[in-house]
Amino acid sequence: MGNPVERCVVTFPSTTGAMGMEQACRAAGVPGRLIPVPRSITAGCGMCWAAPVEARSQVEELLMREHLETDGIYSILFPR
Amino acid sequence: MIYLDNAATSRPKPPGVAEAVVAAMSTYGNCGRGTHEEALSAARTIFSTRQQIARLFGCGRPERVCFTANSTAALNIAIHGLLTPADHVISTDLEHNSVLRPLYRLRDGGMGLDFVPADRNGQLDYEGFARLLRPNTRAVVCTHGSNLTGDLVNIDFVGKFCREHGLLFILDASQTAGVFPIDMAAQHIDVVCFTGHKSLLGPQGTGGLCVGENVDVRPLLVGGTGVQSFSETQPEAFPEHLEAGTLNSHGLAGLHASLEFLEKTGLNVIRSHEETLAHRFYDAVRQIPGVRVYGNFDAEHRAPVVALNIGDADSAEMSDELSYRFQIATRPGAHCAPRLHRALGTEDQGAVRFSWSWANTVEETDAAAAAVRILAEEVL
Repeated sequence: MGNPVERCVVTFPSTTGAMGMEQACRAAGVPGRLIPVPRSITAGCGMCWAAPVEARSQVEELLMREHLETDGIYSILFPR
Repeated sequence: MIYLDNAATSRPKPPGVAEAVVAAMSTYGNCGRGTHEEALSAARTIFSTRQQIARLFGCGRPERVCFTANSTAALNIAIHGLLTPADHVISTDLEHNSVLRPLYRLRDGGMGLDFVPADRNGQLDYEGFARLLRPNTRAVVCTHGSNLTGDLVNIDFVGKFCREHGLLFILDASQTAGVFPIDMAAQHIDVVCFTGHKSLLGPQGTGGLCVGENVDVRPLLVGGTGVQSFSETQPEAFPEHLEAGTLNSHGLAGLHASLEFLEKTGLNVIRSHEETLAHRFYDAVRQIPGVRVYGNFDAEHRAPVVALNIGDADSAEMSDELSYRFQIATRPGAHCAPRLHRALGTEDQGAVRFSWSWANTVEETDAAAAAVRILAEEVL
C-alpha cells in the first residue's frame, strides 16, 4: 500500500447499467475500469466504474451524452 | 432424420451456437458477482445479448430485457406480476397452456377472464375484443402466432385496441420471435415474452421478457442479485427486479451467437425460406384425398407450421409412422393448445404438426409430402 489515490467512482442502479458504462467508455476512449463498490459508498456488493480523478469531466460528459442512468458520482480515496 | 418439429425446438442450431456454450462453460464466472475477468466476461456477453434482444423487439433500453429460463417462466412473471383478482383479462382461443394455465389460476382466485373465440377453421373473431371489454378489463394477453396452425394474430390491431382502451398488452412471442418483426413502441406492446430455443435458434433454458418503461411488474421470485445485499426486498431497478438467482450465462452465450446469426442473415431471408417451404408442403398435401389441413393459408404471412390429419387416423399413430418408417420428426397430439383443438374439433384426434426452420430443404419438404401421400393411401 502506498499513498492514497483519489479516483472518480460512478455507481449504477443495476449491473446492466455498469456494463453499459464500460461499453460506452471503451467506445469513447474514456479511461477507467469496473471494480467492486467500495464500502465507503455502500456496504453491499455490486460493481462501479472507477476512473482517474483527472478524467472526471470526461466521465460526466459521457454520462450526459449517452444518457446513462447512475446512482451517484463520488471522489473516493483509495489506499493506493 | 428429417427434422420438422422446429416449432417444438429448432434443430440444428446455427454454426457457432454450441461452440459459444462450450466456450462459456470453460471460461465464464458469474455475471454480477465480482469484477474479476471471468465474471466480467459473463456480464459482457449477457449485456450484449440484452442489447440484441432490445434491438430485435424495439425495447427502449437493455435494462428492460429480463432473462428467464423460457417463455413459460416469462409469461408467469408477467401475468402474475401485473394482474390481480380485481382485474378482467381478455385472451384468445389460440393460446398455449403457458398463457392459459397462469390465467386460469388467477381466474380461480377471482379474476375475470374471457376469450376471443376462434371459428371451426381456427380464425379469430376480432370483433370479440370490443364485445368482451368490461369496465375493469386490465389487459389483453395473447399469442403472436398459433403454435398449432401457424396463423398469426394481428398484433397491430390488438395493440391499437389496447391503447384506445387503456389496457396492458402482454404478447407471447414464442412462435414468432426471430421470424416476424415485433416493435414494442410502434405496436403498443407493454410486455413481450420470448423463448430462446425456437425461432431465435438458441439453446433451451434461455428466454425472457421485455418490459415497457412505465410497466411495473411485481417479481414472482426474489433472491440474490449481486446488488443491494443488505436490502430485505428485491431491488427496484430492472433487470435485477425480475432476475433473482444466477443467470444462465452459458445458455445466453449460445443465444448471443444465434442472434448474431439472425442479424447477419436477416430475418426476412430466413422467414422467406421457411414460408416458402411450408407453403410448398401445404400445396402438395392439400391435394391428397383424406388430408385435412388446419388454418388460413390465404394469409400473406404465417408462421412456418402446417397441421393436418389423415382421415380419422390417430395423429399419434401417424406421427409415429412418419418417425419410425420415414425418419421424419413431427409433433402429434394436442400441442398444449386445448382451446384451439376444441375449436377445430380435433380434441380427440389431435393433429400432426410439421414445422420448418432455417436449415430445412426443398428435398426434405418434398419427402415429407410424399410420406403423407403414402400414409393417406394406406389409411383410406
